[in-house]
Amino acid sequence: MTETKQLTCVGCPAGCRITIEMEGGEILSIAGNTCDVGEQYARQEAIMPMRILTSTVKVTDCPYRVLPVTTDREIPLKMIDQAMEIIRTTVVKAPVSFEQVIIENLLDTGANVIASRSLPALH
Amino acid sequence: MRKYSAVVIGGGSAGLAAGITLKENGIDDVLVIEKDDMVGGILNQCIHNGFGLHTFHEQMSGPAYAERFMIRAEEVGLDIKLNSMVTHIHPDRTIEYVNRDEGYVTIQADAVILAVGCYERNRGALAIPGQRPAGVFTAGQAQRYLNIDGYMVGRKVFILGSGDIGLIMARRMMLEGAKVYGVAEIMPYSNGLPRNIKQCLEDFDIPLYLNHTVTNIYGKDRVERIEVSKVDEKMQPIKGTEMYFDVDTLLLSVGLIPENHLGDAAGIEMDPRIKGPSVDENYMCSIDGFFACGNGLHVHDLVDYVTLQAQRAALGAVHYLKNGPAEEKAVKAVPGNGILYTVPARIHPHHIDKTVEFFYRIRKPMDEAVITVKCGDRVLRRQTKKYLVPSVMERMMFAGRQLEDVDGDITFEAEEVIHD
Repeated sequence: MTETKQLTCVGCPAGCRITIEMEGGEILSIAGNTCDVGEQYARQEAIMPMRILTSTVKVTDCPYRVLPVTTDREIPLKMIDQAMEIIRTTVVKAPVSFEQVIIENLLDTGANVIASRSLPALH
Repeated sequence: MRKYSAVVIGGGSAGLAAGITLKENGIDDVLVIEKDDMVGGILNQCIHNGFGLHTFHEQMSGPAYAERFMIRAEEVGLDIKLNSMVTHIHPDRTIEYVNRDEGYVTIQADAVILAVGCYERNRGALAIPGQRPAGVFTAGQAQRYLNIDGYMVGRKVFILGSGDIGLIMARRMMLEGAKVYGVAEIMPYSNGLPRNIKQCLEDFDIPLYLNHTVTNIYGKDRVERIEVSKVDEKMQPIKGTEMYFDVDTLLLSVGLIPENHLGDAAGIEMDPRIKGPSVDENYMCSIDGFFACGNGLHVHDLVDYVTLQAQRAALGAVHYLKNGPAEEKAVKAVPGNGILYTVPARIHPHHIDKTVEFFYRIRKPMDEAVITVKCGDRVLRRQTKKYLVPSVMERMMFAGRQLEDVDGDITFEAEEVIHD
């Protein structure tokens, strides 16, 4: 049986509406995307949605209490709760350099959690 | 009195880009005045991903986008004064500011760039009835508490307004372990970017209630419950449709307004449609030597366009510092049927350096529309566009020579194409 899914591409702010037709796990057609990013997104989204995860971790010895962090590549959407449990309990000591690796190979996804900015140490 | 070639008011995304562009184009004597203890402005609290696709051809977080500009600012030796608040600007381009070290200072600039950002509409502006407990925040205020100050603002959350900050905060609160019960939007469509509806609400199964608003707030010390009602076509609550949510926090994402009290007090003409200064193709305001950019000019959905317009405003200021103002009467760019506004709102058709780009927003969502730009009866441009929504700013570029014959106001119109 052919299954039709409507997707909104998150690849850029345009947010193209993509229609994907599938049958038994096979992709029959992809329509509505206006670039390659959209096609890749639709193919991935149909099998296993992937997202960049951003959050903050606690920071000590710093004028600020938290450091913004991001995964350096997408991780499976279904692993985000598990990833947040690790991120919420992580503490890092200042100074922090821009894009410093904070958590290596998060949950064996191959993605590192890196600092979104530099932060100075106290004094 | 200390004199500068150019003073930039505000060190956020617009101010940094403007200051850097001035330095890169041979204006050495530049000062950026920033009220916060760091530059980067609102980008510092926008820790989510999605910035920089146009500027850097990759997606990055807000702080990372800001950091790239901070590094560049350092490279070009941009002079930045932190913890300093501009209190007045005057038509003669004197600027008054205060800070702890210097006290009250007056300086003089040959060109002033307003990069002052915007502020959030709050509960008072909406006149939501009910009690006055703690726990009602604007979404951006909660975002700052959480992402910069490191405080969780609540555990059981409801969000009024589906602007991008509200959507982003819905996801953010869920990630931090709060429960978000829903987002209510008074309009029949969301004011957020389509991708944020997807990745902030749908990914987390957060319901979006279109044509709904908050009609009551209950709680003695802290919010305990809110009432949400459906609204009719006139946006009036319909009796009997009330729903109740037992939440401790209500976030408001109900619109941003350019912060223009400085310019207003100096007599700079405001465009009521954007609530910021009316600017020409060089981003110059109604008073010579004043320029405006960023969310203080009009509220943007993408920081990339903030950067782009700030760079153009800086180039406009460079041109003005070298050549003075254009000796030509400006023609207006008028938003006609279906168009909310255009920036710039006026141009000097014979003083366009190569190209001019218009940014515009449409009034209501249209699956397909024909955009027509006319001068009198003459059509300058006609193009078909798909999936237009008010939350996404559109752009249209003209070469200067395409506007050479323009002898009066030009009008932008959007007409919906209905297919059977």
